[in-house]
Parts: sequence; structure tokens; C-alpha cells
Amino acid sequence: MQLQDNLLLLLPMLVPFIGAVLCIFCWRAIVIQKIIALLTQIGLTGCSIWLLQHVVQQGIATIQIGGWPAPFGITIIADLFSCLLLTAGALAGLAVIIYSFYDLDKPRIRFGYYPVVMIMQMGIGGTLLTGDLFNLYVWFEILLICAFVLITIGGTKQQLEGALKYVTINLIASGLLLVGIGTIYGMVGSLNMAQIAVQAQNLPHMQGLFVVASMFFIVSVGIKAAVFPLFFWLPASYHTPPIAISAIIAGLLTKVGLYVLVRLFTLIFKVEPGFTTDVLLVMAGLTMVVGVLGAASQNDYRKVLSFSIVSQIGYMLMGLAIFTPLAIAGSVYFIMHNMLVKTNLFLVGGAVAQEQGSFNFRYLGGVYKKRPLLAIIFFISAMSLAGIPPFSGFWGKFMLAKAGFESGFYTIAGISLGAGVITIIYLTKIWNQVFLKDKSKDIPVNLLHKQPFKKMLQLPMLLLLTVILALGIFAEPFIHLTMQAAEELLHSEIYINAVLKEN
Amino acid sequence: MDLIFTIAVGLLFAASLYMILHRHLFKLIVGLMVFGLASNLYVFAIGRLTREQSAIIPGDADVAFEPFADPVPQALILTAIVIGFGLQAFAIVLVKRLYQVSDSEDIDELKNTDKIDSTEK
Repeated sequence: MQLQDNLLLLLPMLVPFIGAVLCIFCWRAIVIQKIIALLTQIGLTGCSIWLLQHVVQQGIATIQIGGWPAPFGITIIADLFSCLLLTAGALAGLAVIIYSFYDLDKPRIRFGYYPVVMIMQMGIGGTLLTGDLFNLYVWFEILLICAFVLITIGGTKQQLEGALKYVTINLIASGLLLVGIGTIYGMVGSLNMAQIAVQAQNLPHMQGLFVVASMFFIVSVGIKAAVFPLFFWLPASYHTPPIAISAIIAGLLTKVGLYVLVRLFTLIFKVEPGFTTDVLLVMAGLTMVVGVLGAASQNDYRKVLSFSIVSQIGYMLMGLAIFTPLAIAGSVYFIMHNMLVKTNLFLVGGAVAQEQGSFNFRYLGGVYKKRPLLAIIFFISAMSLAGIPPFSGFWGKFMLAKAGFESGFYTIAGISLGAGVITIIYLTKIWNQVFLKDKSKDIPVNLLHKQPFKKMLQLPMLLLLTVILALGIFAEPFIHLTMQAAEELLHSEIYINAVLKEN
Repeated sequence: MDLIFTIAVGLLFAASLYMILHRHLFKLIVGLMVFGLASNLYVFAIGRLTREQSAIIPGDADVAFEPFADPVPQALILTAIVIGFGLQAFAIVLVKRLYQVSDSEDIDELKNTDKIDSTEK
């Protein structure tokens, strides 16, 4: 029984790893790679749900790698927060993998799309489950190098240009993350996050240094999560690769960055009224505002969504800054909801572009008449993103705004509601330009080589749509879970005891 | 020693940022490499510089004799060097490909993906 539990915790990393290795063995056999990727992704989703159910029933699960007891060895730990994100990420990944069967071009698959996506999933699993600060850095690098490869794969001029910006800023972020980890190690002498949290309470004279270290983490992880002054690489690079790539990167990576912020700031650096709260609040507010304004000004489906990612990150950060149980629960719910919805919106855009040959609003139109099912999928996903009840975004925004008003953060709660209105504006813009308006007559010749529409493209979207609808309409059990996750996050002694008291 | 080391690390960070902000593609690569090295040295310095011996436990003892250098930062740096090597190799190939495709070494000309009407199709 013990062995089975331990294995369960490692499966979210082992399954994609084995899948990737098998895919590399079948380098030239694309069909076999597709089958392996699909099975791996189904397996990953299955074991994520299994792990979630295990954690719901029995509380936080931990395992010490190599049998070294907690502060010395590397701890793998799964609490509700990480399991919820793991499950949402695996579902989004499953949809993208199915989508890629019908959309991604052969040369890109030949250059190893599937193995790289699998390794990236392993990196995400590792980042979400590790309990060791340096290990977290390593997992982050793994998923980052995979994202680099995915963005450049195919090597068009646009992609390389976007990738240069992405790579440069992320290398700087990685360096700063290492510096932050080094600072923490220099103060505390440990890398185990639970141990650091214990030590942090015993070192009151070092509070100043802890703030310094926390700023290193805010900047480095903030770059990866695309928060306000650090997000400019995102709209410059996310729209350049094909949709099967940008959907998975856009859906998952920034949220993993946000996970790290929430984890560190609930466990190690407590968000106390004062400097840190102010920094987080200002960053959250500006991220929302600049993100929605950017989205409303763009004329390209993918660029609107790229800016929209930025604005949504602001909401998640706002929950962390307010730092009450309801706010943190709202953040957790919002991250889950956003992983699924944002991936789905990108996939809809890909299906539209496959038939019409463009992402630019000028050349798009008439999708509603021609593909009503696609239009309905977009409509429901967009309403979820905008936060119209009873869809999923509403509950996230409701929890966040309520928490904001309850704890007296009126400005940020007001900004979040205002940003929500502009969200509806840019989604209406997409709806009008892409789905309702008649297609323009003078379309350049090079856009006329369009591919026939593949109905199967709608399958992964319907899969995600089902989950989004379930998340919104049957919100009660999910909100209950996120509240529980928030309680665990805010009472860090639960986490600390689970790691350190085991032996 | 500590002071000299600290100042050197600071200078390396400054030099690398200057290089990264430069417009030339090659200097960008150099800057990224120096930035990686500077952060590695920072971790090395903040793990306390000890000159005595490495933390190898003699055969007849249970613990190493004080004073010894903390082995953890060294292990961290070793890992970070390997990761940095991979990332820098990737960055170099990326810059070379970009130079071949765009035929320009001026970073200021690489602003197409930011323009509102930039999409190729």
C-alpha cells in the first residue's frame, strides 16, 4: 500500500517521461508517436485525477526521494492546490494533443513536437509537486527549455524573432531565480521549503533580507508569470508559433509561474500588510488594466488572446495580494478555470484559421453562419472568460471581488470589475469581427490556399467545454475544494508538518 | 577576500546587463553568458567562502572536521552550470538562425512581432 502511494506521487512525472522516451524511440514513425502521445496524455490525466482524489481523501501526500529524511533529501509533496492545477493542466494538455493530430504540419511533428510536449508536461508536474527550492528551479528550467524548442520549432522568421525575446528575458529570469535561491540558502542554510518556512519564523532579525530575497523571486517568477512591468515578452512571442504550440504554452506556463508565486508567498514569505502587499497590489492592478487595454487594441485573434492572458494573470495575483482564505481560493479557482478556457479559445482560433487562412480580423468573418458549432464553443468559452454567470469565470471573479470588498481593498476590487467590462468589449470585438460580420471580398491571393475544415478539430474543444461547463454550473464542489486548498495554503503548518513530521 | 569577490560579482552583473542591452546580437549572447556566470558566482559567494578543506568525512569519523567549505552551494552551482550550458548553447544556435533568416545583427530591427499589423497571414 505504501509503495503504491509513493508511486502515485511520482506518476505525473514518470508517465510523460516514459511517453517521451518511447516517442524518441519511434522518431520516424509519426503515427506511432501520435498514439503514444495520446495514451500518455490520457494516462497523465488519469493519474492526476487519481492523485487528486487520494489527496482529497487522505490529506497531503509526501515522499522523500532516495529515503533521505526531510530537510536533507528532496521532498515530493502533493497538496490540494498542486493537484488541482495538475489535473487542469493535464486536461488542457490532452485537448491540445488531440487537436494537434488534425492541425499541426508534418515537418514540425518530425522535429519532435510530441516528445518535447511530453517533457514539458513532466517539467510542469515536477514544478507543481516538488517541495525543494532548488529542485523547483531545475524543473522550471526543464519546462522552459521545452518551451524554447516549441516556440522555435519550424523556424519561421516570426517565430525566431519572438523566440529571441522569449529566450533572452527568460534566461535573465532564471539567473535571478538562482540568485534568489542562493540568497535564501545563505540565510537559512536549507533548501527544503518546509524547513525554510520554519527557519524563517526563527530569524526575526533577518526580516529585511527576507524582503530582499522575496523581491528576487517576485521579479524572476514575475517575468515567467508575465505580471505588469515584466510581461512584454509575452505578446511579442506567444502568437508566433502554430496554434497547437501556442495553445499549450499559453494555457499552462504562465500559470505555473503564478503557482510558484502563490506557493512561495504563502509558505516562506508571508504577505503582511506593508511593502510586499503594496508591491503585489500595484502589480496586480496594473497587470489587469494594461492587459485588457492591450487586448482591446489588437487586430489579431492570437494577439488579443495573448494580452488577455496578461490581464487574467492580474486577477490571480490580486487574490494573493488580498491574502484572505476567500481571495486565495478565488485565485486557485481562477488559475484552474483560466488554464482550460484560455487553451480552448486558442484552439477555436486555430480551427477558424485553418479554414480561413488568417488570424487577422480584416480577413476573417462569417464563421457563425458556416460553423455554428464552433461559434457556440467560442461563445460559451468567451462568456466564461468574461465572467458571465453561470459560467466558470463568474465564480472566480465573484470570489476575488467579494474578498476584496470584505477586506477593504476597494480600489483593486473596483479595478478588477472595470477590467471585467473591458474583457467583454474585446471578446465582443472578436465575436463581431470573426463570427458575425460577413467575410470581406478583397482577400489577398496567398490566403486562398486554405485547408478543408476538419470536423474532428471540434472534439478536443467539446471536451474542454464540458469541463468548463461543469466547473461553472456545478461550481459548489469545486469551490469547496479550492476553499480547502486555500485553508491548507494559509495554514502553512499543515504543509510543514506533512514534510517534517513524517519520520 | 569576501569583499573583493562580492564586488567582482557585482561588476560581472553590471557588465552582463550592459551587454544584454546592447543592440548587437553577438553582444547579447556574451551578455547572457556572463549573466549566467555572475549568478553562479553569486550563489558561490553567498554560501560563505571557506578556505580550509572540502567536506569529506574521514574514514574513522562520523562527521567532517570543522572548518570545511559548505558542499551544497558547490553542488547547486554544478547543476546550474550544466543547465546554463544547455540554455546558452540553445541561445547561440537561435541567434545564428535568426541572423541567417533576418540578415541583420541589429536587435532594434527585430520589432516586427510587436507591431499591431505584423502577422504574415
